[in-house]
Formats: sequence, structure tokens, C-alpha cells
Amino acid sequence: MIRYVLGRLTSLIVSLIVASIVIFAVIEVIPGDPAAFMLGVNARPDTIAALRAEMGLDQPLITRYLAWVTGLLQGDFGQSWTYKTPVADLINDRIWVSLPLAVYALILSTLIAFPAGIYAASRRGDAGDVTIMGATQLGVAIPNFWFAMILVLIFAINLRWFSAGGFPGWGDPLQAIKALTLPAIALALPQAAILARVMRSSLLDMLGEDFIRTARAKGLSRRQALWRHAVRNALIPVLTIIGLQFSFLLAGGIIIEQVFFLPGLGRLIFQSISARDLIVVESVVMLLVFTVIVVNFLVDLAYAAVDPRLRTKA
Amino acid sequence: MSLLAINDLSLSIGDTPILHDIDLTMQAGEIVAITGESGSGKSMTALAIMGLLPHGAKPSGNIVLDGADILQTSEPDLCRMRGNTMGMVFQEPMTALNPVQTIGDQVAETILIHEKTTKAEAHQRAAAMLERVGLTVSPKRYPHELSGGQRQRVVIAMAIVLRPKLLIADEPTTALDVTTQARILDLLRDLVREFDMGLLIITHDLAVVADIADKIVVMQSGRVVEAGTTAHLLTHMQHPYTKSLFEASRHAVSLPDTIQSAPMLNVQNINRDYPIARQTLLGPRPMFRALHDISFQINQGERVGLVGESGCGKSTLTRAILGLEDVQGGQITLDGDPVFTGKHPNLAVRRKMQVVFQDPYSSFNPRHRVDRLITEPFHLLKQPPKGQARQDAVAKALVDVGLSPDDANKYIHEFSGGQRQRIAIARALIIAPELIIFDEAVSALDVSVRAQILDLIAALCRKRPLAYLFISHDLSVVRRVTDRVMVMQAGKIVEQGETETVFSNPQHRYTQTLIAAAPRLPDLGMAV
Repeated sequence: MIRYVLGRLTSLIVSLIVASIVIFAVIEVIPGDPAAFMLGVNARPDTIAALRAEMGLDQPLITRYLAWVTGLLQGDFGQSWTYKTPVADLINDRIWVSLPLAVYALILSTLIAFPAGIYAASRRGDAGDVTIMGATQLGVAIPNFWFAMILVLIFAINLRWFSAGGFPGWGDPLQAIKALTLPAIALALPQAAILARVMRSSLLDMLGEDFIRTARAKGLSRRQALWRHAVRNALIPVLTIIGLQFSFLLAGGIIIEQVFFLPGLGRLIFQSISARDLIVVESVVMLLVFTVIVVNFLVDLAYAAVDPRLRTKA
Repeated sequence: MSLLAINDLSLSIGDTPILHDIDLTMQAGEIVAITGESGSGKSMTALAIMGLLPHGAKPSGNIVLDGADILQTSEPDLCRMRGNTMGMVFQEPMTALNPVQTIGDQVAETILIHEKTTKAEAHQRAAAMLERVGLTVSPKRYPHELSGGQRQRVVIAMAIVLRPKLLIADEPTTALDVTTQARILDLLRDLVREFDMGLLIITHDLAVVADIADKIVVMQSGRVVEAGTTAHLLTHMQHPYTKSLFEASRHAVSLPDTIQSAPMLNVQNINRDYPIARQTLLGPRPMFRALHDISFQINQGERVGLVGESGCGKSTLTRAILGLEDVQGGQITLDGDPVFTGKHPNLAVRRKMQVVFQDPYSSFNPRHRVDRLITEPFHLLKQPPKGQARQDAVAKALVDVGLSPDDANKYIHEFSGGQRQRIAIARALIIAPELIIFDEAVSALDVSVRAQILDLIAALCRKRPLAYLFISHDLSVVRRVTDRVMVMQAGKIVEQGETETVFSNPQHRYTQTLIAAAPRLPDLGMAV
């Protein structure tokens, strides 16, 4: 088990190093001169030179990369060109919107998908199964921003249970959660639809396995065999999807953030790209990659918790 | 009152009739064997007794077990009976256990769902039962840490921990090695005696049947064609099907005599090492030696057998001979040329060798027509035949294995298992190789089909001198189709010699164990 965790940890560190090199290369090396890019086509040569000096672009590549990485490790993400504030502060303001929103959406999607998938699998071919599968088909097909607008129309404009957008901050946690509820639902529904389908098909695969027949021969009812033997075995592919979905929810919430006027990471990165603020883009992308890799590491640990075969293999 | 009485059991799924008027009775303490070929309805009968019929099955008649008619019993009552009154052991021990639960938990579960008892007590009883079935490992182990034989013991423990009156075992030893099979059959026999339960064993292996059963029931296409006590049935079998079954499983083939010839395949002192998982994070990867200093020769037109239990290195050796992998010591040559050159199989040598695998269902691409499937080896030739010559070659290969030239345009799913194995042989023969490797090529076939394929191999040998390496775990088959045999254990060849000599007078202890463990059909002295 320790060997497995160490192995995954090594792979995590290697992935982070490779990712940082790729991001650095794509943003700083490939498009030519970042300073010229940031200032646009009409910039005067001396302004560009000044910016180059300010960004340290006159230094050799290796020095710049190491300076960037050591900065990241110390929490120094550099100074934003457009906002004129430390990037760390920009991220700090927004991550506390995006991260809770992603977690909230993930919890909702799991809470919807697990029961729906298990119910559908246990009643394969029945009306309940057909209804749930039909609903998930819709859930996958309908874009989440459309869901978002419908939710706003019903719950904010007609019923007035929630506000239509904005974020009051975490001063009052209840209000904050309330403000994130509609966006979280809008994000969660399509994800839940995918997850429910994966859960169902993975469970159906497991229900056809020999050990389910063995369990039935022991005297377990169909339902007992499903809960005690099939569900845990069915979790592996489901965990994979959950890991992928979290990454999407964190960065991909950009449209939903736009619909609900939420000051999140998605909007920050969108605005930074529009403003050609490469320093912000570079750091936020690295942060997102970091989160994705860490989530994948956690998913790997979850695999081992579910499946004893992985613990001994390493 | 009998323990189990089946009267007029018929069964259909949809519009397809599966079972017809099955009658069967058995007493406590009795071992009854149901035998027959695949698709004869053996397993479906067992599932009907367990009340575990597949969705949509429509049974009629009655199955009275311990006073209760299974077909009239409600599902909740059946759940109370399963594991309690009747238990079942299945064929595939590798997949019959839940991979994410400890074996102790899985045995204890049988107790916990049927009896109001504490977890601690259930685990104690489970541990005791695991010990009783001869398992020496801790109940805290997971299934993947156990061998096939050990897993089958766990499955048996699970089925009998509540001492059911009837134990059904569906091909319980088919997936196991002969020595393991002998031990599991001994265990089942002991348990029947100790617990005074009835054992209904389902197996296609007539030697096992003759060995263990008090009573034999022979099934064919969903009908019981003959039944009786073992001693009586073996000496007075009436039904032609029963006779043909026994005849087929002892079927002798007439191989032509071998001719004195020159050595062709030369395997010299080969070793094969595989890296295994590191013990420390950055330490060197330890090696596992799968083949130890293997040396042998196969002459032109010689038929050589290779026997050994699973994991002994048979398949590794096959891959090495075919030049699919490099070896870490020694050399393999065919007609003086190495089979492996640098990174690839030596094509000049490869076209002289072909292989026929075990599973006729998964060794063909289902989207290709037979024509394309059997001409696959043509890519080994420098100038493969084209046009009419190619069609003639295909037709000839099909006719040689007893199929029709028209079969070239069909897809593989249109053929039965035996026909598919014929196609596999046609594929191997089409480039007239000097050596064919039969890797468990008849192991998945029913006895009657197996007899036909063995006849086909003998007929091919009569047509032209054909050398082959016949790899099998089934000693009786190897004995019938080879001139010389090699016995392999843990990566080493422990004995080799003339087939008859080795079988009648084995020298090595392992060979003796193997031969002693293999169940044999008794000499019946009857007219068949």
C-alpha cells in the first residue's frame, strides 16, 4: 500500500514538472516575444524594451523558468500587467468562488447520479429504467447555460427564492451557499446525467459477473447482491469519470460564471486572455493543472481504497 | 423420502425449448453425476434446482427438494433455502469470488444472512470451515492472492458452511490442473461422507464421472437419455449416445509410423527471464526465470507432446519457439536458422511454423470472411499466390480439414466450435509448414468433436509427414497423438522420452504424480 502511494506520488511530481515546462514553453517561448504580444502591434520599441526588462525577458530561458517555478512554490505568482496587483491576490479572491462551486456541483451530481444509476440498473428494462435513461439523454444533450437560464427564470425571477446572480462573499456562509446553489445545479445536471449512465452500465456489467451468481447461490436476494457485491466493484469507472468531471467543473464553469455574474477563475482567465495578460494566464493555467493532477492523485488513492488488487500490485 | 425428486421438468426460454421431461431422484449421502456435451441442459437443470433460472425461463413439472417444490416456492423463501438447504459451486473459481472482499467475509456472509448471530461468531465459524476445506491461508486474504485451487476451496466453504442437504457442483474441477482436481474431488467426497449431504456433480469429463459418482445421468439436447448406478451403467449402457460418448472419450487415433529423419527444430539451453515488480522504490527489478535451461529437438515428421500444469512455462516456450520473444540464454533454430533475429521473428523461419490455439471462439476476427482468415499466413511468403492460385489454395486447405470450398465466403460465427478448430487448422496448413504447434488445441472441445479433430490430425499426418508440438494439460490426449513426450514443471523439462515408455514407466516423481492424479476411464470390457 505504501509502495502504491509512493508510486502515485512520484508520478504526481513528475506530471507537475512536465506540465510546468509545457505551460512555460507554450506561453513564453512559442509565440515569440511575450512583451510585444502583450503590448499589441502599435507599441513603441522602447515601451516593449521596458516591459521586457520589467518581466525579466532579457534573462536566459532557464533562469526565467526557475524564477517562475520558485516563485510559484513560494506563493509568488508575479504581478498582473493589467490589474497591477499580485496575481496571487487575484487568484485568492476568485478561487474561493470557483472551488466551492465545483465541489458543490460535484456533490450534487454524485447525489443525483448514484441513486439514479443504481435504481436504473436494478430495474433494467422497466419503466423506471427507461424514464431515467430518457432523462439522462436529455441531460447530456441540453447545454448547461440553457439550464442556467431556465433556473434563473423559474427560481429567481418567478419564485424569487434565489438571486439571479452575483456573489456576496463568505461573510455570511449561508448567503454564499445560497448564491452558489443555482449555478451548482446548472453545472451538476449534465454531469449527473453522464455519471448516472456510467454508473448504470458499470453496475450492469458487474451484475453479469460470476461472483454475483455465487452471491445469489448463497441466498442473497437480487437487491442484496446488488448492494453488497456489485456497487463497490462498479465504482472504479465511476471514480474515473468523477475525477475528470471535477477538472471540468473547476475551469469549465466559465459560461455558468458568466450567466450568474460570479467572480470565478473562469472569468479571470477569460478576461486575462482578452487583455493579453500572459502573466495571469500562465499562473492560473498552472494552478488549474495543479488541481487536476492532485484530483487525479486522489482518485488513484480512491481506487486503491476500493480495490485491494491495486494495493498489492504497486 | 428422497432428498431430491425431479419429475417431468421441462423448460423453455422464449419459444426455444431447453429441457424436456427430466426425471431424476437422489438420496442423502449420494453422489449423482449429470454428464453430457455442451448445450445438453446440464447447467440449466442445476440452475432450476437452485431456483436461479435466467429471466424469461418458463419451467413446468416439479422439483421437490427436501419436501418443498422449488418451482412453487416464492422468491423470498427460495432466498432462505439457497445456502441453507442447497448450496452451489461453479466452474470458474477465478471469477466466482468478489474481488474486493476478503475470503473470510465472503464465507461469513453466508452465515450472517441466514442466521441471527454475531459477526465475531460468524467469522469464527467461517475460519473453521475454511480450515476444514483444507485452506491454509488466513481468512483475511483477498481472492486475487489465492491460486485457482485455493479459490475453489473458498467457494466450496461458502456453499457448505451451513451444511446444506444438497450441494450442486457445476464443473467444479474443469478449470483446475489434474493434481488440484484430484484433491478437490477427494475433498468433495469426504464432505459428502462427513455431512451426509447429497452431491449433484455436473461434468463433461467421463473419467471424473466414473471416478466419483454413485449414479450417472446422461443428458443430450435437454433430455435424460440414460441413467443408472455407475457400476451398472458403465457395464450395461444401452443408449447409442451414451456409448458414443464413452467411445469418443477413449477414442484411439491411428498415427502412421514415424520415419527416421533429420533434426528440424533445435532448442538449445534456453532461459527466459521476466522482470517482476521492484521490491524497493528505485532498486533493480528482480527477474523471474520462466524457462530454465530447456533443450530438446524435434525431427522432421515427428509428433512431440508437452505436458505440464498451468504456470509451468508451456505458453512461454511456445512464444519463444515462434520467435515472438527473445530468450535470455541459449538458442532456438529451425533447419539451422535462428527463429529470432534482433527485434523480430525471423520471417524466413516463421513461414515454416504455424500455431493452432485453444479457443476457437476468440482466435478469429469476427468481421473477416473465412477466405481472408485462413489466408492470413500468406503475408509470410515472399510471393503469395494470387487470383485463381489463391482460390485453389483456399479450397484445398478447406477440403483438407473436411470442410467445403464454399465455406470460404462465410463468416466465423456461422460455424460450430469443432468447425472453427478445423478452420484454425486450415489456416495453419495453408502455407504447408514444417512444424505446427497445437497449443491446447482440443481442450475446449466436446469429446465427440475432440475425437474428430484428433482423427483429422492423424489423417493429415498420413497424407504427408507433419511434425507437431502438441501442448496439453490432458495426459490421455497427449498419449494418443504423440510419439515422444516432454514433461514440464516450473520452467524445467523434468522428463522426456518415448510417449508409451514415459506413461507406462514414469521415472520422475512429478510425472508419477501427474499420471496418478489424472482420472482414468475404467476398462469397461464392453462392446461399444
